[in-house]
Amino acid sequence: MAKSNKPIFWSLFAAGGTVTAFVTPALALVTLLAAFGANMDMFNYDSIHAFAGWWLGKLIIFGIISLSLWHAAHRLRVTVHDFGVRADTVVAYTVYGLAGLGTLLTIVYLLRI
Amino acid sequence: MGEEMSSKPYVREIPKTTWFLRQARYKRYMAREVTCIFIFAYTFLLICGLGALASGPEAFSGFVESLRSPLGVLFNLAVLIMTAYHSVSWFVVTPQAMPIQRGEEFVPGNIIVNAHYGAWAVVSLIILIWGM
Amino acid sequence: MSERQIQLEVLRYNPETDSEPRFQTYSVPCLNEWVVLDALNYVKENLDTTVSYRWSCHMAVCGSCGMMINGEPKLACKAFIHEYGDQIRVEPMAHFPVERDLVTVVDDFIAKFASIKPYLIPKEEKPVSAGEYKQTPAELLKFKQYTLCINCMLCYAACPQYGLVPQFLGPAAISMAHRYNQDSRDGGRDQRQEVVATNEGVWECSFVGACSEVCPKHVDPAGALQQVKVASTIDWYKEHLMPWVKK
Ligand code: SF4
Ligand code: FES
Repeated sequence: MAKSNKPIFWSLFAAGGTVTAFVTPALALVTLLAAFGANMDMFNYDSIHAFAGWWLGKLIIFGIISLSLWHAAHRLRVTVHDFGVRADTVVAYTVYGLAGLGTLLTIVYLLRI
Repeated sequence: MGEEMSSKPYVREIPKTTWFLRQARYKRYMAREVTCIFIFAYTFLLICGLGALASGPEAFSGFVESLRSPLGVLFNLAVLIMTAYHSVSWFVVTPQAMPIQRGEEFVPGNIIVNAHYGAWAVVSLIILIWGM
Repeated sequence: MSERQIQLEVLRYNPETDSEPRFQTYSVPCLNEWVVLDALNYVKENLDTTVSYRWSCHMAVCGSCGMMINGEPKLACKAFIHEYGDQIRVEPMAHFPVERDLVTVVDDFIAKFASIKPYLIPKEEKPVSAGEYKQTPAELLKFKQYTLCINCMLCYAACPQYGLVPQFLGPAAISMAHRYNQDSRDGGRDQRQEVVATNEGVWECSFVGACSEVCPKHVDPAGALQQVKVASTIDWYKEHLMPWVKK
């Protein structure tokens, strides 16, 4: 039996799970308030643009988005199996593909800001 | 073993798709696992926002407008609930995954969990103050 | 002492005559301080000598009386009657084939348990004259909790991943590997990792945590498995990113 390569994905899953556990509920609360029509500073174009234009801001945004994606992707792979789908290879390519695409888009967008 | 005893042990099949309905703890586990769908979707929403931000003020205000619908409210509410569930379920198991040993004793698990809750509160507060 | 009439539903399966299991109900006068095992013994002695089940110590140390009691993996000698209603259903441990009545076929677990080399593999052979292996209390603490495992297999009966993917090495075997890996006297981790760090080893685990909830000895196998994942991940990065670093 060969040793598994899951550690690559699992390490991203674990790091992302921690990051998203700390930040996502609060972010979701902010977007929820915005959805209710509140004027949130996070959705003030100038201030968020300035934040995303700052190198550390870029790094923070990139870290949160990409790690959350890889966390969710890996867990989704397991969850699909838990729901009885036995097509792990296809599922793995799909979910990791989505996470990769999201990571790429994030890089492109951040570089354009 | 084996031969002397039963020649036909009975194998009880497990339903591949509905197994988790059998025990409350399995349902809790599945609830935790499906939080990833919400995290996935919400993160793509953030990416859309980032894309709009990169495209300029009009695109960005269009993005913010698009949030303001009953569907947007419902979606964000669901994300809030599910991600909070993820956070709690994540923090309560950290002492199991990463116990801290101080000499001849382990740091009690509830101290580690409460430290995470404390840090979570601080981070959330920073995001909220900064986001308002 | 108060006595209560309990309807004990027992799963029956006779491989010679039955094509599938059925339930048989016995009415048992139970004392309140009894455990479910006492009720089964009452049935065996007074009502039906043909009921088969395993037990030995009656004190939660031998690990042989594991069964499903009202759907929950339990030691029959540790499940008190007063915690249940008037109807109690006992079945053989989930996820194992049924040999007869409450007796399961456990060869799979035994083979897996043996495969992780559950014994000390010293780093280097030391002659007896070199003296004993010393260990500090802090070093002992690193693995002590895992030595409490009694191989009752309740964690396997609780683990849905083992039920769904029978090749999975499972909670108790991996916890026991972790027990020896954590022992300062041991040097066999590399050998155990060959079995443990595979897809069907620790990576089949999705941290449901059911094993730790049902473990009668508070071994916390789920915690052990997460620690094994962390250590295996560090190994992976060392092996692939820094192949020149010898472990
Ligand atoms: S880890 Fe706990 S539940 Fe599993 S075999 Fe050992 S004592 Fe039993
Ligand atoms: S009879 Fe020994 S553990 Fe129950």
